[in-house]
Amino acid sequence: MAQRFGVTREVRRSVALISVPFLYAILLLALPLGAIVLFSFWTQDFLTIDTSFTLANYREALTQPIYTQLILRSLAISATVTVATVVLAFPIAYFVSFHLPPHRKSLWLFLITIPFWTSYLIRVFLWKVILGYNGVLNTSLTGLGLIDEPLTFILYNANAVVITLAHAFAPFAILPIFVALEKIDRSLLEASRDLGESRSTTFFRVTLPLAMPGVVAAVLIVFIPTIGDYVTPRLVGGPDGLMIANMIQTQFLRLNNAPLGAALALIAMVCVTVIALGFVWLNRRWLGGDGK
Amino acid sequence: MSLRLYAIAYLVFLYAPILLLPVFAFNDGTIIAFPLQGFTTEWFGELGRTAALHDAVQASLFIAVLSAILATCLGLCAARAGTMASFPGKRGVMGFIMLPLVLPEIIVAVSLLVVVVQVLDLGLSNWTIILAHTLICTPFCIAILNGAFANLDPSMEEAAIDLGETRWGAFRLITLPLVTPGIVSSLLISFTISLDEFIIAFFLSGNTPTMPVYIWGLLRFPEKLPVVMALGTILVALSILLLTIAEFYRRRGLARAGLRDTGGFL
Repeated sequence: MAQRFGVTREVRRSVALISVPFLYAILLLALPLGAIVLFSFWTQDFLTIDTSFTLANYREALTQPIYTQLILRSLAISATVTVATVVLAFPIAYFVSFHLPPHRKSLWLFLITIPFWTSYLIRVFLWKVILGYNGVLNTSLTGLGLIDEPLTFILYNANAVVITLAHAFAPFAILPIFVALEKIDRSLLEASRDLGESRSTTFFRVTLPLAMPGVVAAVLIVFIPTIGDYVTPRLVGGPDGLMIANMIQTQFLRLNNAPLGAALALIAMVCVTVIALGFVWLNRRWLGGDGK
Repeated sequence: MSLRLYAIAYLVFLYAPILLLPVFAFNDGTIIAFPLQGFTTEWFGELGRTAALHDAVQASLFIAVLSAILATCLGLCAARAGTMASFPGKRGVMGFIMLPLVLPEIIVAVSLLVVVVQVLDLGLSNWTIILAHTLICTPFCIAILNGAFANLDPSMEEAAIDLGETRWGAFRLITLPLVTPGIVSSLLISFTISLDEFIIAFFLSGNTPTMPVYIWGLLRFPEKLPVVMALGTILVALSILLLTIAEFYRRRGLARAGLRDTGGFL
């Protein structure tokens, strides 16, 4: 009896503690998100908001070619960025987890995360410097005599956006995969080899399936936020590399059309969420019982 | 072996932009391209003479300090609750608090913009940025503090209570010193995030821009770019210094909690 009383008291304290950050998240995240949903069903004429319910914003967003084109392009760019980032990141995570002695692992992870914490804006801008017509890459390649004409397909288009975002989200992809690889019981790999599998079949039949929860987490944590980036498309994307977030920004800050901006933001979020859930569903057999 | 070469090539890819910063910051030419023109410290000198920049730095520091403190306090509550008894819905509540980690920042930015300007009809100020930065920093603080709180032996605090300490006294005298390295690390990380954050600050800044918003304005003027490089060099050096200190404290916290280091902040 006394013990049961103690448990409930601890539960109450636990609830009280967690309610502080939870209330904060409700007030500053859930309520504002609710406001966005409401706004997307309203209309705005300069500064006056018309609060009568309408689907006009969604109709406009889904029928005007400029918006549908931007959404589709953003999804395509985000998907490419995700594939590039995860494919490039996997060998690094594998290297750190399987090929380094334990005391060197945290140093490597620290080295990998440092660039991620330094000014995002300046990093993006420097990619413009690297990839530009007279940029670092082109001048060094022409200097080495490898190319005659500067490469132009690497700046002011979607390629530049993919390269820059793959750089920005690298640690987000490496760390979940690394954590999944670290959890793999090494004796399973030995068992596979002892039973006659080769190195590569061991990798594809034992290591990779066990690492899939990390890969899925990496895909989600890269794919979802990239859709909302407007700095990279603006700085290195050129006219053909602009994404939906640039349009959302324009609607809110330039055109004073918050309801249409809200509808575009919600449509982008719904698309991303549906794709993400579909991806998780497709990989459900690798994810096991414990979800994440 | 080829994997090691790939890993080194990948590190070069990761560090290329950062390593180029000081090269152009000390380059005596207004065009950010090779070949280099010669050595100068003029751009750093110009930083000292720009009054608008000083205001931006001041605003950014104010925002970053307050966001770091608020986010760490919220993170402490959540991480502490995480070690305590479970209750129905706890996972969902925790998941919701961690949501800003994956939510596109522009969504946070526009939703807060709508609430502050259109619903509450308030003006934007540094305080709106502080509130938003606290929201996005909290998940990182929780991730770091979870490491500090995990494996903390609850019997030590119980012993202190049995010996006559109050619950708060036991927390202050026993638990707090053990998780202090985690708290320092959490403060430094959220300070760094807030200092560098642009997407939200751009939507929510009032009359005084933060430093990244100020830099964004400068990027439109080609003749200002060397100054941006100089400023960037200082920022990156500062970030690396803060991160190294944060990493030192995080590891010390893990060691105190008796954990093996699994590496990484996330």
